[in-house]
Amino acid sequence: MKRLTMSVLLISMLAACASEKPAEVAPAAPAAATEAPAAPVTEAPQAVAPVAVDALNDANSILAKRSVFFDFDKSAVKEADKPMVQAHGQYLAGHADRKVVVEGNTDERGSSEYNLALGNRRAESVKKVLVLSGAKAAQISTSSFGEEKPRASGHNEAAWSQNRRADIVYK
Amino acid sequence: MILRNICLVFLLCAALPVQAALDIEITGAGEHQIPISIVPFAGEERLTQQISAVIANDLKRSGLFRLIDPAGKAPHEIRDVVYADWAEADGLTIGSATVLPDGRVEVKFRLLDTHKQTQMLGQSVASKGDQVRAIAHRIADMIYEKFTGDAGVFSTRITYVNREGRVNRLVVADSDGYGEQSVLTLKEPIMSPSWSPDGSHLAYVTFEQGRAVIYVQSLFTRQRFVLAAFPGSNSAPAWSPDGKQLAIVLTRDGTSAIYLVHPDGTGLRRITFSDAIDTEPSFSPDGRFLIFSSDRGGSVQIYRMPADGGYAERVTFDGNNNYSPRYNPDGNSFVFMHSSGGQFYIATQDFQTRQMQVLTDVGWEKKPSFAPNGKLVLFATESLGRGILATVSSDGRVKQKMIPQQGDIREPMWGPFLK
Repeated sequence: MKRLTMSVLLISMLAACASEKPAEVAPAAPAAATEAPAAPVTEAPQAVAPVAVDALNDANSILAKRSVFFDFDKSAVKEADKPMVQAHGQYLAGHADRKVVVEGNTDERGSSEYNLALGNRRAESVKKVLVLSGAKAAQISTSSFGEEKPRASGHNEAAWSQNRRADIVYK
Repeated sequence: MILRNICLVFLLCAALPVQAALDIEITGAGEHQIPISIVPFAGEERLTQQISAVIANDLKRSGLFRLIDPAGKAPHEIRDVVYADWAEADGLTIGSATVLPDGRVEVKFRLLDTHKQTQMLGQSVASKGDQVRAIAHRIADMIYEKFTGDAGVFSTRITYVNREGRVNRLVVADSDGYGEQSVLTLKEPIMSPSWSPDGSHLAYVTFEQGRAVIYVQSLFTRQRFVLAAFPGSNSAPAWSPDGKQLAIVLTRDGTSAIYLVHPDGTGLRRITFSDAIDTEPSFSPDGRFLIFSSDRGGSVQIYRMPADGGYAERVTFDGNNNYSPRYNPDGNSFVFMHSSGGQFYIATQDFQTRQMQVLTDVGWEKKPSFAPNGKLVLFATESLGRGILATVSSDGRVKQKMIPQQGDIREPMWGPFLK
């Protein structure tokens, strides 16, 4: 119970920290947040202390970045994004109790069903790098929203490049 | 037979107010348009719907008819018809509507051949007062069939998703966009609605469980149940023509693969085994084959395989990518989304000649499906930044836009004939 409350708080804090994206963008609600029971906020202070040293909580850490971006119709993790994904893999390796969902997304080009499949493939591709970096497969689940939950609206490359994305979401 | 159809249509419609949910624009015309005149029916001014106007609009939308204005002439019985007055038209429709003492409406109509001066059709139908629009669609279907030899689709229904902000509504409407009713409203995406062959159920995908899960819902009872909720994505449902199974796409064993399953969720069986994406299955009308999209060859292309699995033959070779195949009801061709130069068009291809015909020219056209008579294709496109419905005749000549009053339309699918 406390654990969940803590995670939810942590995620919302991190979401706030990682908001380098345009302001109109509504961050997708992490699955854990919707499932978490509405616990009184007053419980939080006790929980915060032990995670203060957690690198996940450091806005300046590479771990503050959670989004991997892809080229059109591609699912390979680009070299530029690899150090970040590897850092998450190493973090998971050192924190066997932590779990993530990798959520794959696509731009609106192509068919909705193909894009759903492509989103899955992107999520799997990120999972592979996480596992190669030391994470256990059991710590990682994958899902896809295809083109259905775009972060940026607009029919142009600026929007599309934001939407060709996989997000690493800590549970 | 006709009455049974009308009853079925109205079970689906329930008692919702009839309103224009869409604005309709038509461009182009058939090669040989049939000139026809529809005289306002006697007594129709007392009804909620003008029968003659509904018939005229249906025929006009097909692109195959040219409406001749009756110009004030208003015969309602054969004895009143002066054929010399109608020489410009090949066909003349006259009729009357009477409200019966029990509140039902009796509609009589005749289709006359103005050159031979004979009756081509004559029918009398009584129905509840709120079913006048369905009667008019049936009359339009009969006229269409008499002149073209093809069954009319004016009485059939369509489904699509209307998205407004985060709110997604799964909608069923008449083929002309009237009688729109919400089957499901969610704050999560809905995609890939698919009609059961008898028109009684929809299978579709929603994200309400946080990932893609397939549901089946009865349009009569509104009850719905989960068809497939395996780990990963569950999507792309397509019914077999006998309604005894669905082809679905799952990622539970890795990359998207096609499976067969009974409508009650039993008998799950995997039928594609590539390491690539296999998705968007569509059954042939005889149930023997499936066409689907796959990127097993590098680009996304359409493949055909036996419906219980086996060798998959690549059938598209043009363009960068080809997606979303759906069989023509005649089984001889298929419609799909053709991608070329970063644009997306609706195209058809004949299985035998392998000849591809591109039917649209704007470049943002998605999710095509044939009308059950194979003469029209319904698809999603955009107009002024909004998702809209559109149709194109299967020869590419007649195009129609159906613009919703609000929201973005996505994922349309034309329903079957109601038997």
